[in-house]
Amino acid sequence: MAIRRGRGVAAINYPTGMNLGGDPTQALVHSTPTGNFMVTLSSVDLGQGMKQIMAQICAETIGVPTDRVVVDTADTDTGPHCMGTFASRGTHRAGNAVIQAAKEARQVMLEVAAEELEVNASDLDTDGQGNIQVKGAPQKSISIFDVALSAHFKRGRSISGRGMFLIPRSYPEKETGAMKPSTCYAHACTVAEVEVDDETGEVTVLTVKNVFEIGRALNPKMVEQQLVGGSWMGISHALYETTEPYYPNRDHGGTDFNQYLMPGPGDLAETEIIVLERPSADGPFGAKGPGEMCANPQIPAVANAVFDAVGVRIDTLPITPERILRALKAQAAG
Amino acid sequence: MAKVPVQFTLNGSEKAEFIESGTTLLNALRDKIGDTSPKGGCHQGTCGACSVIIDGELRLSCLTLAETCNGADIKTTAGLAEGGVLHPLQRAFLDAFATQCGFCTPGMITAAKVLLDRTPNPSREDVVEALSGNICRCTGYEPIIQAVLTAARANSQNAA
Ligand code: FES
Ligand code: FES
Repeated sequence: MAIRRGRGVAAINYPTGMNLGGDPTQALVHSTPTGNFMVTLSSVDLGQGMKQIMAQICAETIGVPTDRVVVDTADTDTGPHCMGTFASRGTHRAGNAVIQAAKEARQVMLEVAAEELEVNASDLDTDGQGNIQVKGAPQKSISIFDVALSAHFKRGRSISGRGMFLIPRSYPEKETGAMKPSTCYAHACTVAEVEVDDETGEVTVLTVKNVFEIGRALNPKMVEQQLVGGSWMGISHALYETTEPYYPNRDHGGTDFNQYLMPGPGDLAETEIIVLERPSADGPFGAKGPGEMCANPQIPAVANAVFDAVGVRIDTLPITPERILRALKAQAAG
Repeated sequence: MAKVPVQFTLNGSEKAEFIESGTTLLNALRDKIGDTSPKGGCHQGTCGACSVIIDGELRLSCLTLAETCNGADIKTTAGLAEGGVLHPLQRAFLDAFATQCGFCTPGMITAAKVLLDRTPNPSREDVVEALSGNICRCTGYEPIIQAVLTAARANSQNAA
């Protein structure tokens, strides 16, 4: 009986969003009288940072600082339609819709500024600091604050825009069955090192090294946070989480949080994260969905590492001590 | 059910309420007194999201009856900042991106506060031990551990 070491590797493709019956998201953008911008969405921020990313995307497109943008995701009854926050689709679908809406709003904003400055709208650009200026003659400028006031109280214009992003439904080809379930894939590769106690069946993950290819990291710190947490969750899925812990009979299963296992702060593997950026063709500023994807490759990597360590293939999750011991017993019995 | 009076100090100010007998401190704080910083994650003592400090001790407010807190000195995350200035723990959590959805954060900060009050220069093992009653679904814990260690360093530098 011994502690055995193993190393496993796994690589994945992960779709950004899913095909559904067509996958749309809409966004509305409008300016307040003082030149702040509201983004209205039905896409929900459930902690992953949707609001921050949509504010960045809107600000970048209109040409204002991010703190001039407010994102309202309040109400699916009253907001523009969104299929929802799932399948790592939020940044990609809503982001594209926000870009379209913000472009339209920017165009109206430049037209109003052009009237105020008595120039052509096409000769104007934003300075990113809250002003609009004539290209090549920055001394001729007007603040977005004043443009918004003018639009509201003088010129009777609504500085606003509508955005719609739709991934159309893909039907399988009759002959081959081939279809296009997604337009954009993120990728990841994980190497996990484990120790398996072949007497108790216990697995300890020593290290996880992850490489994630996620298009463009629109907010690198938030991406890193997502990937570190996701890597932990992948190990949690691989080794711990189930509503029926360790027993063949459902009656013995867990009934509440008391009996639902997750690794705690004392069970952390040494974790490494590397981010590769290969901008996607149809993502907002090249982004893909890093969300769910990042919690997947650890699972097959750990399963492969267990195989490397003790020579048994566990193909049911989680990889519990009981499952390992049963497999070892079967292996010994030949 | 009969209502009973409770009176305690919350983050330095006197509170007095009539509550139904059997109300947990968590529900009394959130629904009666309006301090929503302690979160109800499991309501059965397993997640730590409802952690508060009662007379200097770390307690789970979901397992504490409000009526047992008469005369107690209760502290929650909502009382940590002084004026507009965040507590070093709050600052460190922000800087380390140690919060994602944020649901576990008040409980984590409360547990860390009790640790640092007693052990100003904790080891990594001390931090892990102090946080071991708190569940986080999002961060993978490492950023939280780092934030607590950073706050401890900031504290000891200020003290020096
Ligand atoms: S709500 Fe009190 S421990 Fe979970
Ligand atoms: S930040 Fe979401 S549970 Fe900890």
